[in-house]
Amino acid sequence: MNNVSEKNLEKVFTRPKSMIETEFHYCPGCSHQIVHRLIGEIIDELGIQDNIIGIAPVGCAVLAYDYWDIDMSEAAHGRVPAVATGLKRVKPDTLVFGYQGDGDLAAIGMAETIHAANRGENFTIIFINNAIYGMTGGQMAPTTLPGQITSTTPYGRDVSDVGYPIKVCELLATLATPAYIERTTITTPKNVLKTKKAIKKAFQYQIDKKGYSFIEVVSSCPTRWGLSPIDSFKWIEENMLKFFKPGVFKDF
Amino acid sequence: MAKKVLMKGNEAMSEAAIIAGCRHYFGYPITPQNEVAAYLSKRLTDLGGVFLQAESEVSAVNMVFGASAAGARVMTSSSSPGMSLKQEGISYLAAGSLPCVVANVMRAGPGLGNITPSQADYFQSTKGGGHGDYHIICLAPNSVQEMADLTVLAFDLADKYLIPSMILTDGMVGQMLEEITLPEYKTPDDLPEKDWVLGGAKGRERNIARTLWLYPEDAVEKNNILLQERYAYLQENEIRFEEYLLDDAEYIFTAFGISSRICKGAITRLRESGIKAGLFRPITVWPFPYKALEKYSLNKQVKFFFDVELNAGQMLEDVKLAVNGNKPVHFYGRFGGYVPGIGEIIDEFNKYV
Ligand SMILES: Cc1ncc(C[n+]2csc(CCOP(=O)(O)OP(=O)(O)O)c2C)c(N)n1
Ligand code: SF4
Repeated sequence: MNNVSEKNLEKVFTRPKSMIETEFHYCPGCSHQIVHRLIGEIIDELGIQDNIIGIAPVGCAVLAYDYWDIDMSEAAHGRVPAVATGLKRVKPDTLVFGYQGDGDLAAIGMAETIHAANRGENFTIIFINNAIYGMTGGQMAPTTLPGQITSTTPYGRDVSDVGYPIKVCELLATLATPAYIERTTITTPKNVLKTKKAIKKAFQYQIDKKGYSFIEVVSSCPTRWGLSPIDSFKWIEENMLKFFKPGVFKDF
Repeated sequence: MAKKVLMKGNEAMSEAAIIAGCRHYFGYPITPQNEVAAYLSKRLTDLGGVFLQAESEVSAVNMVFGASAAGARVMTSSSSPGMSLKQEGISYLAAGSLPCVVANVMRAGPGLGNITPSQADYFQSTKGGGHGDYHIICLAPNSVQEMADLTVLAFDLADKYLIPSMILTDGMVGQMLEEITLPEYKTPDDLPEKDWVLGGAKGRERNIARTLWLYPEDAVEKNNILLQERYAYLQENEIRFEEYLLDDAEYIFTAFGISSRICKGAITRLRESGIKAGLFRPITVWPFPYKALEKYSLNKQVKFFFDVELNAGQMLEDVKLAVNGNKPVHFYGRFGGYVPGIGEIIDEFNKYV
């Protein structure tokens, strides 16, 4: 028998109260679950569990509504910003955030992304850039790096054929309207905390009605990259961050 | 007595949306329905509502998805090429049991076709249109008065049955001017309570607007069974049609929307020369009035049915299903872009007498 009684121990790390008691369906080492938890912590800290709506994308996070105990909507592939626009225009005083992968956001949903940003819709988009299509089996994404091997670029992404990866933060920062655009990553505890700070700031901007906020999180997909979780984080540091440089691109 | 006003069809439909309590509209410009956006951009702005010109029909219909999930009475409108783009969103709205009103002011297709009136989107509108086993309520006005009345009804039915409703009209009904009486304005108290909406789970369990069912315990088949039960109920309880001079009719015209107006003219002229013609006009083209129409096919005095449409014969298939081989069904159609006159229809009709 363990002679340390639970009564004498203080619980210092628990599941955020806004998160549902269940197991994530994500692969080990996948960034989705890290960012999910951060969002849960922020919802708790801002005390907004009963005044927030989340929107799940089509992609590995399609089941995101299984994890936060909050009002949630689904959206067709790429349409998160349009659904968010409808929700926010009806409920201007409820916090609305969309959660999207790179295929969802920067391929099929690019029009919705740019125009919602340009209108300055007062909601937050959290963009998980893992440089690949996770859910459908590891195809090339708009953010796949030059030379990166995917199931549809067996010889590596050939930029002379399909162009360079799209830097979404930089693209959106050319617009006059967005209030806050930042790119972060989750490769170290320090970077995780930076990501949390950025998302929390974005939510606070929305509460303060400052307008559109966009947080890109440079993320891992160990399964489709064919790397271990640890090597995935190394791959982000050594390859992705050189192309997708973390930083604040806009802050009003 | 409510006072009479002179209005264009598209404007009557727009004002009727306001009357029904709609304060959110999302759309993308396309002829011949631009009067809707012009009208509502002003009216909704003045009323403190939301008019938003979206970047595409795809976006507009997905904005409708969000606004409906948030509980609003919400509308979008378009014309044929734009409606093709909206089909994705309509499938999701239908799957998620989200009410809304979508108007299709049809123009000639396929492709860019022409901006002139047509009825060629009957299949798309009544048989699903997007992917999956679904239907939406589909109302086909044939006058400016009905553009107003059926729009209010479309909102009420959508909320009552948690289903998208469509106003299926055409460039001619949309643009014609007629004197009408507007329905009574609804107040917020007249609108139904909705306990399924998103807006922050304060003092209640959370709500989810979903269209995905992955697990065995909430299998997608359950949602399909729910939808099919709803459709079966609608087919029994929400059928609407007009019967015009049918009691003694030996020849029954079938037509919806603008075609039915021309047929009425033809029937008047035929009756003047002693030919007993009448009109059966579906108003709900989905659910289609199969049983009511079948009844007439069993009338001994009826010699044949004559279906007239601005397409290659789309509602014709439903008419034939209803008539079920009991009587011959003949057809005359122009492909849209050209609206036949009374004389042309009578000439075609006379080929079968
Ligand atoms: C209209 C449509 N096209 C294609 C798909 C198939 N599909 C599902 S997820 C996905 C890509 C998701 O990739 P990403 O957005 O990068 O998210 P991840 O899975 O990597 O998190 C695709 C193409 C779909 N569901 N709907
Ligand atoms: S496939 Fe990639 S993105 Fe999807 S859950 Fe696994 S690691 Fe995460």
